[in-house]
Amino acid sequence: MGNDPLKTGARVRIRALMPPGHVRAPAYLRGKSGSIERAIAPFKNPEQLAYDLPAQEHMLYRVRFRAAELWGAEAEHPDDMIEAEIYAHWIEAMEQSDAA
Amino acid sequence: MGGQDAGPICDDQHDFSLWEKRVDALMILCSGKGYFTVDGLRRALEDMGEAAFEDMSYYERWIAAINQNLIEKGAYSLEELGAKMAEVQVRGQTYGEASLGE
Amino acid sequence: MPHDHHDHLSPSGHPYRADDDTALSYWQSMEIAVRELLLEKSITTPAEIAAQIDAMDARSPANGAALVARAWCDPDFKERLLKDGSAASRELGFDVGPMLLIAVENTANIHNIIVCTLCSCYPRNLLGLPPDWYKSRAYRSRTVKEPRKVLSEFGVALPEGTHIRVHDSTADMRYVVIPARPNGTDKMSESELAKLVTRDSMIGTGLPKTVSA
Repeated sequence: MGNDPLKTGARVRIRALMPPGHVRAPAYLRGKSGSIERAIAPFKNPEQLAYDLPAQEHMLYRVRFRAAELWGAEAEHPDDMIEAEIYAHWIEAMEQSDAA
Repeated sequence: MGGQDAGPICDDQHDFSLWEKRVDALMILCSGKGYFTVDGLRRALEDMGEAAFEDMSYYERWIAAINQNLIEKGAYSLEELGAKMAEVQVRGQTYGEASLGE
Repeated sequence: MPHDHHDHLSPSGHPYRADDDTALSYWQSMEIAVRELLLEKSITTPAEIAAQIDAMDARSPANGAALVARAWCDPDFKERLLKDGSAASRELGFDVGPMLLIAVENTANIHNIIVCTLCSCYPRNLLGLPPDWYKSRAYRSRTVKEPRKVLSEFGVALPEGTHIRVHDSTADMRYVVIPARPNGTDKMSESELAKLVTRDSMIGTGLPKTVSA
């Protein structure tokens, strides 16, 4: 991630890593793509706080996902939205050509 | 657990009992004093595994997580906890009898 | 768990949890032990614990209802609430603590619903402690995947064409839904309006009470 916060509407993907332990990015969102709803503020990394380690600050974003992206054909309505708070270190910016 | 299959949502509602309110108060007070973060509590809750969700009530899980974090932070030792719990358990048959004071 | 405690109703009419009238449990003995150790080591005091319990007991959905009613009556306040929920709450004397409050608004075609899939994050400093179902595995698992089915189980029927927005309260924000103001309430005062705002309508699993014409 660069230093500039991602802007509202930017297309992003949540990293698909599945380490054991306390991870604040919900598993059902990892590997999924969505768009930045808003940048909130920097917060200390909860994955370090959880183990009482010195914690670095990361920008916290609200990311918006389409139900169809998360659940495919099982979605109740493809255009329903799910929004969640995700820390910058779990977010990959997508190239415009990747945009759905 | 987002997205996992699960049964109907039970809308039973119970009033919080005194011991549950005390667990809640200890959680807020000790985190305010820097003994742990809510993140540390969540980590301990998750480390209990899926079975704890079936076998333990909400505040049972929370007192276990609070205790885990207080032990890790050195607020008291396991030996002190063991001795105190043994003492508490022979005080009486019910929570009211075992809990000194009010 | 047998349902044999229904003749033991608390003053509010809810059944007491079985824990209250059965033998001392292992976890209750841990709570007593932890509390006494913290007192012995002067980490906290009985007065501090009592004050914290009183402060939590004093919070209730009525606080959130006052916030919503003000937003219904005062468009400028609603704008401030949507922009910075924590600051707008403080205007009404509700300190929502270190977590930031985000208010989301239901409109003619958008319905918002709040869940925390990771644990049970809830705007407790505004609305008090969460209901049991909010903390249940079923609610936390299902709401992000089948919100419409969950809503129908709560008896919420939404007009055709309504879009659902599920908010997963995963980190440092807390959420409150501003439900849509019911029809036929134009002449009602702010305090009358507040009585229409239910706890569930601020979580998104309910709608405000309606008024008969």
